[in-house]
Amino acid sequence: MDKRNGNKASQLCEDLCTFIRRCILSVLTVGPVPRHIAFIMDGNRRYAKNRNLEDGAGHKLGYVALMNMLKYCYELDVKYVTIYAFSIENFKRRPEEVQSTMQLIKEKIEGMLREESLFNQYGVRVYFVGNLKLLSESVKLSAEKAMEATTHNSKVVLLVCIAYTSTDEILHAVEESCREKRAEFRKGMENSESLITVTDIEKHMYMADVPNPDVIIRTSGETRLSNFLLWQSAYTLLCSPSILWPEIGFRHLVRAVLDYQRNFAYLEQKQKQS
Amino acid sequence: MGSHGPIIACFSGLASLLKFRLAATSNADGAKFPEGLKRELMPKHVAIIMDGNRRWAKNRGLPVQLGHKAGEEVMKRIAVKCSELGVKVLTVFAFSTENWVRPQEEVGFLMKLFEQVIQTDFNDFIRHDMQISIIGDKSRLPKSLQSLITTAEESSKSNKGMRLFIALNYSGRYDITQATKKIASKVRDGILSAQDIDEGTFDQHLETSKIDFPNPDLLIRTSGELRLSNFMLWQIAYTELLFVEKLFPEFNEGDLLEALRSFQRRQRRYGGTQVY
Repeated sequence: MDKRNGNKASQLCEDLCTFIRRCILSVLTVGPVPRHIAFIMDGNRRYAKNRNLEDGAGHKLGYVALMNMLKYCYELDVKYVTIYAFSIENFKRRPEEVQSTMQLIKEKIEGMLREESLFNQYGVRVYFVGNLKLLSESVKLSAEKAMEATTHNSKVVLLVCIAYTSTDEILHAVEESCREKRAEFRKGMENSESLITVTDIEKHMYMADVPNPDVIIRTSGETRLSNFLLWQSAYTLLCSPSILWPEIGFRHLVRAVLDYQRNFAYLEQKQKQS
Repeated sequence: MGSHGPIIACFSGLASLLKFRLAATSNADGAKFPEGLKRELMPKHVAIIMDGNRRWAKNRGLPVQLGHKAGEEVMKRIAVKCSELGVKVLTVFAFSTENWVRPQEEVGFLMKLFEQVIQTDFNDFIRHDMQISIIGDKSRLPKSLQSLITTAEESSKSNKGMRLFIALNYSGRYDITQATKKIASKVRDGILSAQDIDEGTFDQHLETSKIDFPNPDLLIRTSGELRLSNFMLWQIAYTELLFVEKLFPEFNEGDLLEALRSFQRRQRRYGGTQVY
């Protein structure tokens, strides 16, 4: 009886939170809402260390925080969410840590593939972006399966940057542009004055079909991009709350959206003046 | 308790004397080095987005041109201070590829201001042994400015002090695109093959190539704007970004020192786990 009452109380609490959240969101959406938000999920390891948790526990809690943020972005009608899951530089970490992170990523990808998962329920289409050749065969295969399984979803696009660095992405785009131009030149098509343009480079980026991020949120108070979306972030609002990633919540997203709306008004005014 | 008093007094007296002597020693070594800053943790390359000149002028009911003039004065002082503190490279964002859309009058004034800076202020920089380079698409600048730039760069070429990069008609995407064009020409002409293109190759073709510290350790942006506005993009992959509320004409040496202290307190990991 007590347990049932306890469950009812917590359900009521959750429903109340959802209601309050929906109210706040309906106020927020009166103004412009970012179309694309990117997250640098920094601070999982520090969070675990601060609480003397076992290795890998930080990343698991980080995953829970990520699912919550995805839910809030979905409710806010954000169309694109990009996350920095694993940098090429992270391969330099201790092999045990790299392996456990990869294992966690693989588990979560396989979770995505199950029908009752959040992803199909919310219509999330998943892309894995990066130099996927650097991943182990099993992780790469799971990633490809997940991309295929969510192709039909169209409400939100989730871009998972894995084995990614921006400089690698730019280099890849440059290489492809050069190859394309060389082929054109061979066919006698190339106009010697018009070599490569910004458009050529952009269309070969891994994230070519996605609009540039409106906001990048990096947790743990660090203010640097760490080789994430360098090209795409030319005009992006950069937010750096001091909380560690597993501590991120709805209020931090609200704060970021309010900052975005304030800057949006200023940018519009600036554009009118020039 | 009473009997320990004189002993304690004696020890604390000795300690103060020791501290004074140590302080004096370090002052003698780094005579003018500011408090709270460690010489060995100074960023090698500092970049500044000098934002807020126009807002500063508007807030005071002054014409925009005076804002730019005020900003120019600050830039000179900051450059000299960085040079004194042992910064090896300073890059300042003076004019973006996107700034051409500003009112013609303002753009014209800015071009004249740049000419004036090169003709007069650059002598100060050269006296401080600075090596000056202009990065950006110079071909679009007025011819008179272009020739002044060439002269200034030539005359400071053999200086051994701080490298001062002034970004004029520059943007991060422009820099990446122009590097790509150079590389594409080499690929077309068979000098390079597409698969040989790596990060090192790319670094060598950017406007910041051929120097020891092409990537900023610290980027400061004034006026509270939290964005890069298409300044250096490739080069700032691991740069510490510092956003300051003050408008650029209000940014003083004290603010610079505070920014450097903040930088020195940060931990840089470059994707690994070690704290650099």
